[in-house]
Amino acid sequence: MTSIINKDPKVVVQGITGREGTLHTALMLSYGTRIVAGVTPGKGGQQVQNVPVYNHVSEAVNNHNADTSIIFVPAPFARNAVLNAIDAGIKTVVVITEGIPQRDVIEFIAKANKNGDVTIIGPNTPGFINPPNSVKVGIMPAHIFSPGIIGIASRSGTLTYEIAWHVTNAGLGQSMCVGIGGDPIVGLGFTKLLEMFKDDEATKGVVLIGEIGGNAEELAAGYIKETNYPKPVVAYIAGRLAPPEKRMGHAGAIVMGNVGTAKSKIDAFTAAGVPVAEKPSDIAKLLRLGEENR
Amino acid sequence: MKLFEYEAKDLLRRNGISIPIGYVAYNSEEAEGIARGIGKPVVLKAQVLVSGRGKSGGIRVASDATEARSIASDLIGSTISGHRVDSLLVEEKLEIVEQFYASVTIDRYARTHVVLASTSGGVDIEETAQTSPDAILRYWVDPDIGFSTADAVGMLGPFSMNDNDRSKFASVISTLYKVALEHDAELVEINPLVRTPSGELIAADARLVADDNALFRNPIFREKSFRRGEDTPREAEARKQNLAYVDLDGDIGIIGNGAGLVMSTIDLVQLFGGRPGNFLDIGGGAQTEIIKGGLILVMLKPEVRAILINILGGITRCDVVAQGIIEGLNESSIKKPIAVRLMGTNEEEGARILHQAGINTYPNMEEAAAEVLKL
Repeated sequence: MTSIINKDPKVVVQGITGREGTLHTALMLSYGTRIVAGVTPGKGGQQVQNVPVYNHVSEAVNNHNADTSIIFVPAPFARNAVLNAIDAGIKTVVVITEGIPQRDVIEFIAKANKNGDVTIIGPNTPGFINPPNSVKVGIMPAHIFSPGIIGIASRSGTLTYEIAWHVTNAGLGQSMCVGIGGDPIVGLGFTKLLEMFKDDEATKGVVLIGEIGGNAEELAAGYIKETNYPKPVVAYIAGRLAPPEKRMGHAGAIVMGNVGTAKSKIDAFTAAGVPVAEKPSDIAKLLRLGEENR
Repeated sequence: MKLFEYEAKDLLRRNGISIPIGYVAYNSEEAEGIARGIGKPVVLKAQVLVSGRGKSGGIRVASDATEARSIASDLIGSTISGHRVDSLLVEEKLEIVEQFYASVTIDRYARTHVVLASTSGGVDIEETAQTSPDAILRYWVDPDIGFSTADAVGMLGPFSMNDNDRSKFASVISTLYKVALEHDAELVEINPLVRTPSGELIAADARLVADDNALFRNPIFREKSFRRGEDTPREAEARKQNLAYVDLDGDIGIIGNGAGLVMSTIDLVQLFGGRPGNFLDIGGGAQTEIIKGGLILVMLKPEVRAILINILGGITRCDVVAQGIIEGLNESSIKKPIAVRLMGTNEEEGARILHQAGINTYPNMEEAAAEVLKL
């Protein structure tokens, strides 16, 4: 199986001329990411960090074979940016933008699915980082991560950095870390990432960082149980004390009725034999790695 | 954002769905006047955004205007599940032959809208799902195709009902889908949808939850967005300042950057035996004004006795946060002890600023959480 996320992506930055786009283009370049082009409608012909800027994603694809896009476009315009990326033939779209209307997300994810092989990561994601290959398509602080053997999938941003830091300090490092996004509806989910980590030789163990809201964790736990998942997995769930029907910061972090409670997620993982850490610093020691990886 | 029942009904009415004759009353005289105008038995419904309003005495029937006045004076100013009743919807009492259920909501897993219809309305839909799952039909909408009245008629096929009911029910649910799309609703629900003796279908109760992310393109909701019925007073104040804040029951104030990290900090304080008093996420790349405003908001919460601030800097700079903390402490009329965890971008400078002001900083959140419980 080919990796869902290309390990040597040629990246186009949509919204490159904005403050965030410019800052993170510099940070991604310095980490080693191959950024081949930027896009801001109406600003074609400029350069940002020596990266050529175009008006349309299709120019970045035609001139530089870009296959991955990272989107910093403000929420009201993000829908068009994603649809343009899909139309231009981009295969992986990382949507950093927070606050995109759910109706727009439904629309562009449906379009990505109909186009078959387009992966949407996010929205409201810090992106992904692949330390062994020095690839970062995201906004995470790179120094927290180190090349290693743990695959991390998370619905959060700073909490992911907190946990990645513990994994780094435990001497394990990361094979890949992917933020799936804090919105109610996201593209790439836990289950697909578990499949990917299963087939990835560099990944020896997996950390899932979930939170209240929805049932993505329950589905991941079901998948682990059904497939008798071959690699050790540890989960962490944030929001044990969240009151019902209150949004805890993330648009997706909300308990509705009986759906989305921390207890339901913890119970599901426990039933699947996945240890659930009580606090971030417990995660590394709960990973039951083989002797050769300790 | 949740709409009040009368707001949701008004929106449905403007889209062609029948609603009972009724008006909003803010005092008992108005309630009496409305009841007199309606000229038959009325229902008085407390306009509060809590579920189970009826069971808590928030829905009462009056046989005439005098009784309506007396019930209204009981209800207005009372509290239902912690929410003060400021207004009542006074409506004609419907003659009910049958009660249906209709809603459109977003299915997070299926990543699309799902239409729900049931011939067992008037009770909680989750209860119906338990007791008679066959009485609920679901239709997942392909966003490219939409959901027409013809689709709705097809969807309702399994229900045994006459053609008139079916076509009216279908028209209601396809209208609900249209409203959900046009106004970016996460949920629009009619429960019950009442069939009267004359064969009319009338929305006796309605709920609408608007997508907070889409308020910018729904001006009719945006005007209301600072005075939300579901907010506590402090949550409403925080919303004005653009802060993601939620009240909790305890006495330890919690502030951090990033929703997941703040939830995790709350869980940690509880794990260590403390009782968190709030959730406050200052977001990514916060400037001093945001931190200052947030800190003062939490300082002024009477129940809070100490505050834990947990910052893991990336695009958020620890020195900027430290500056905001100092300004907040200086400007807050009430001062409470704080413990600060700082890690990441410009951590040393941030720690220096805080140490100068006599505030301890900790490089990891567990130490800081243990410390705040001793303050």
